[in-house]
Amino acid sequence: MERRTAQAAITGLGITEQGKVFGPSAIGFAVEAVRLALDDAGLEAHELDGLLVNPGLTWGGSAQMGSFALQQAMGLRDLRLSAAMSLGGATAGAMVMQAVLAIEAGLADHVACVFSDAPLKPPRPQETDAQGSGSSGAYAFAGGLEAAYGAFGVNGLYALVAQRHMHRFGTTHDHLGAIAVAERAWAQHNPRAQFHGKTLSIEEYRASRWVAEPFHLLDCCLVSNGGLAVVVSRGDRSRNLRKPPVWIRGMGQGHPGGDPLETLASGAPIAAKSAFAMAGAELADVDFCELYDCYTFTVLVTLEDYGFCGKGEGGPFVADGRIGPGGSLPVNTGGGQLSSFYMWGMTPISEAVIQVRGEGGGRQVARHDLGLVSGNGGVLSTHTTLLLGRESR
Amino acid sequence: MSETTIPRPVPRPTPELAPFLDAARAGRLEVQRCTACGTLRFPPRELCSRCWSRDFRWTAVSGRGEVYSWYVMHQVYHPGFAADVPYVVVVVKLEEGPLMTSNLVECAHDRIRIGLPVEVVFAERDGVSLPRFRPGTHS
Repeated sequence: MERRTAQAAITGLGITEQGKVFGPSAIGFAVEAVRLALDDAGLEAHELDGLLVNPGLTWGGSAQMGSFALQQAMGLRDLRLSAAMSLGGATAGAMVMQAVLAIEAGLADHVACVFSDAPLKPPRPQETDAQGSGSSGAYAFAGGLEAAYGAFGVNGLYALVAQRHMHRFGTTHDHLGAIAVAERAWAQHNPRAQFHGKTLSIEEYRASRWVAEPFHLLDCCLVSNGGLAVVVSRGDRSRNLRKPPVWIRGMGQGHPGGDPLETLASGAPIAAKSAFAMAGAELADVDFCELYDCYTFTVLVTLEDYGFCGKGEGGPFVADGRIGPGGSLPVNTGGGQLSSFYMWGMTPISEAVIQVRGEGGGRQVARHDLGLVSGNGGVLSTHTTLLLGRESR
Repeated sequence: MSETTIPRPVPRPTPELAPFLDAARAGRLEVQRCTACGTLRFPPRELCSRCWSRDFRWTAVSGRGEVYSWYVMHQVYHPGFAADVPYVVVVVKLEEGPLMTSNLVECAHDRIRIGLPVEVVFAERDGVSLPRFRPGTHS
């Protein structure tokens, strides 16, 4: 099925300093991420003709026309593609998809896909309880009745789904903990990771404080300041840039609707069908996974929904170290959003680019011909699949 | 540090929510019923997601149901809840079908389980009477 002729690849990757980094605004981080991505690709700013932006929570009034705000901040001229996109944690994958579709339609040659946010504030001396103050406000997501019941936050919404998964399938806290421990082990080989140099045992996981029981603190992703961008380029413009192209072999979206409390499932099965058909690949061809991990539980459900194990078998599947360093299925090899940094869906995409290129250093996986990247937004509401590889379609 | 107490948030009686709050004050648990197809829905919203009709009326339900899922909130997201943590947020599956987010009260945490029969209870707090749930006697 050779109807696509243009093809597209990720040619540039820009990751700013991540975590408790203070100074730049969200847009400032975005500019820096694009600058780094262009430099990584060996492209000049004037060669960029597309800009897709996922504005984080702190873009404020600039979010609505975020790509235009970034264009103006960078002084970019004569773009042929521009959009701000919002599918939660699935946006990053959707931006790459949109870039590929535009490139294949002849609408653009080099498209930057950008996420940035700056939700962390420098500690202020008068605040003695940093935990309480840091999590109110932007991350609460509640009003009306929910707020009156104290039902704040996405943590609780996912905790409800996890509780039913535990009830129905016998999933345990230690199953979730195995994911936290595996990702932390990977992070020890990622100098960029916020938890680099801080190991984690299952005992320490169990002892971490409850946030929304059944979730410990260490079931939840980090919060990070920073920016992250990739440049998606037309295939024939990808081959003699600074870095080897990372080809977008397959892609898909899946948005199941309904109530995740009832389905206990993500949109992965829908998205995977499109992506694997496009790539002409099977699950067994996947060498490593970079799965969207807002929570440990999200990884468990996502592994089930792609069919790495049966529905409900995610707990036992991850329990034996299979997904950690040295395991048979490397998952979230940079530490993921639980242990490296939280750039929404850009974190898994960036690590897949690093792995496919073979730039993983101490965490480089042995086989890296094909990586599976998932994005997930809302409460298992939106989903994207990208299959990234060393060879073109 | 001063002793100022920051109150918990109370739901504003928006046009969408006011009938629910009025019913709760009178000791009734009500949800919306689509008058076109009969589907019950909660929380209140403009139209029926099954048939897209905008026509509905509020209708009383039994107040009985079972725990569909739950979590224990330990994190203080709003300073008004600082003295309340840990508290239980519950999703109740009403006998009539809809899921309802609320609090579980009068129940030790180690007794909570999915499937636990619960019944609605109304008690005024912060000047508002909201439906909450406690272990029920039905099965």
